[in-house]
Amino acid sequence: MDRKQKVRGFSCSIHQIGNLGLRLLWSMVHLLISIGYFVAAAAKAVESRIISSGLLTRYKELNISKLKYLAVVIESDDAVQTSKIVQLLRWLEAMGVKRMCLYDAQGVLKKSKDSIVKMLDNAVLLEELGEKDLMEKPKCMALEFASVSDGKEGVVKAANLLFAEYKELGNRDEQFFTEAKIGEALRAVGCKGPEPDLLLVYAPVRCHLGFPAWRTRYTEIVHMGSLKSMSLGSLTKAIYKFTRVRQNYGK
Amino acid sequence: MRSCLFKVLCMGPIPTHFSFIMDGNRRYAKKMDMGEGAGHRAGFFALVSVLKYCYEVGVKYISVYAFSIDNFKRRPEEVKTIMDLILEKTEGLLEEGSIADQYGVRVYFVGNLKLLSEQVRIAAEKVMEATAHNTRCVLLICIAYTSCDEIVNSVRECCKDKMEEIEDEEGDDLVDIEKHMYMGVAPDPDILLRSSGEKRLSNYQLWQTTHCTLYSPTALWPEISLLHVVWGILKFQRSYAYFEKKKKKML
Repeated sequence: MDRKQKVRGFSCSIHQIGNLGLRLLWSMVHLLISIGYFVAAAAKAVESRIISSGLLTRYKELNISKLKYLAVVIESDDAVQTSKIVQLLRWLEAMGVKRMCLYDAQGVLKKSKDSIVKMLDNAVLLEELGEKDLMEKPKCMALEFASVSDGKEGVVKAANLLFAEYKELGNRDEQFFTEAKIGEALRAVGCKGPEPDLLLVYAPVRCHLGFPAWRTRYTEIVHMGSLKSMSLGSLTKAIYKFTRVRQNYGK
Repeated sequence: MRSCLFKVLCMGPIPTHFSFIMDGNRRYAKKMDMGEGAGHRAGFFALVSVLKYCYEVGVKYISVYAFSIDNFKRRPEEVKTIMDLILEKTEGLLEEGSIADQYGVRVYFVGNLKLLSEQVRIAAEKVMEATAHNTRCVLLICIAYTSCDEIVNSVRECCKDKMEEIEDEEGDDLVDIEKHMYMGVAPDPDILLRSSGEKRLSNYQLWQTTHCTLYSPTALWPEISLLHVVWGILKFQRSYAYFEKKKKKML
């Protein structure tokens, strides 16, 4: 019995040492990756400076007409940095971006939308534009502010609206429910914005953080890093790369 | 060597659900000067390898974007070639010694199956029935699928359910909508890999990827290897704490 216990105890210790060794290896792998990311971030910062200085000619002429609607997703914890957000919007305005959506999951940006618009020289809220203004060539920057309530919760509200209509009609026609009908219902409950061509994500991880699913079918999703590392150079590069993308739309 | 690597990886969190957009089969065929359909066949071999790696490392749910509703717009000959391949490989899953057998995989075909030919649909249903008793891992094959169609279907099913209820004073809520999603049989994906470097989701799992790491390696789908799976898991591990914090905030 004693011998068996000793053997059991010994193999338990070997197992624990083995696990410790594996954990150490795992931590080393992640440390090396972090160092790699740090070096890559430094290289990106240098590249960004070069782009901002205008030394690279290919970034000077951006075909901004291809970017009809831009969306920017911001980590909610960073969304309180209004001055940084206004700086970002000024850069975008200078590039010629006219229609865009600012999104953060918790709706922090929605609460400060009026102050953000006031801090810009020539911007309005998209919701204040009439149908006629939307059809015409934009004269100033129009901003939409969105949050998670425009995403999944918006679809739920649209579903309830459609249910009320479906119940009233009393028909059991399955053809009643179509993508066009859902789109109409979403607009009726206030989730009106168009599908962005490009979604820039300012967050620690590349993820859309719940940006309305209905509107991101073919949207290019580009990770820009955290808001604190935002730069004009990386913004210019992201938009330039977008203008070179060719989509098949499934064909 | 691979098992040692997986032992190290398993010292950190492993994604419960790994999702794939298998993009680049046609470009691969062109690059390698292969005939039509050969790229998709090469892609199938890559898929089998990826499934093996994921199941060995401990991923429980894998979903793949096999065929989008938008892909029906392709040339009829190409659609037929892909459907013939899907039929051949689906019937292969019923054979003894198939990957479903080897790894105890329960297979789901997820999407608007009514859009498929009767042959493919019957084969899919046979496989789902034959693997229904498997509990070790799950494979979701998204076929004739788009997120928008999934949302429409979910809203339709919710409304039909509500019509059946005797007292239907309450409307739909988020739980009802999510219950009827095609992807409702699996938890939301933790990481989504789209091959060939494209940065969009192309109407795939838009609803489910709120807190999902998006990863776009430049390799074409038939070139996707163990390295990409490992790198994807490492990326997931780096963003794990961030998403856990986000999910706790939502609760």
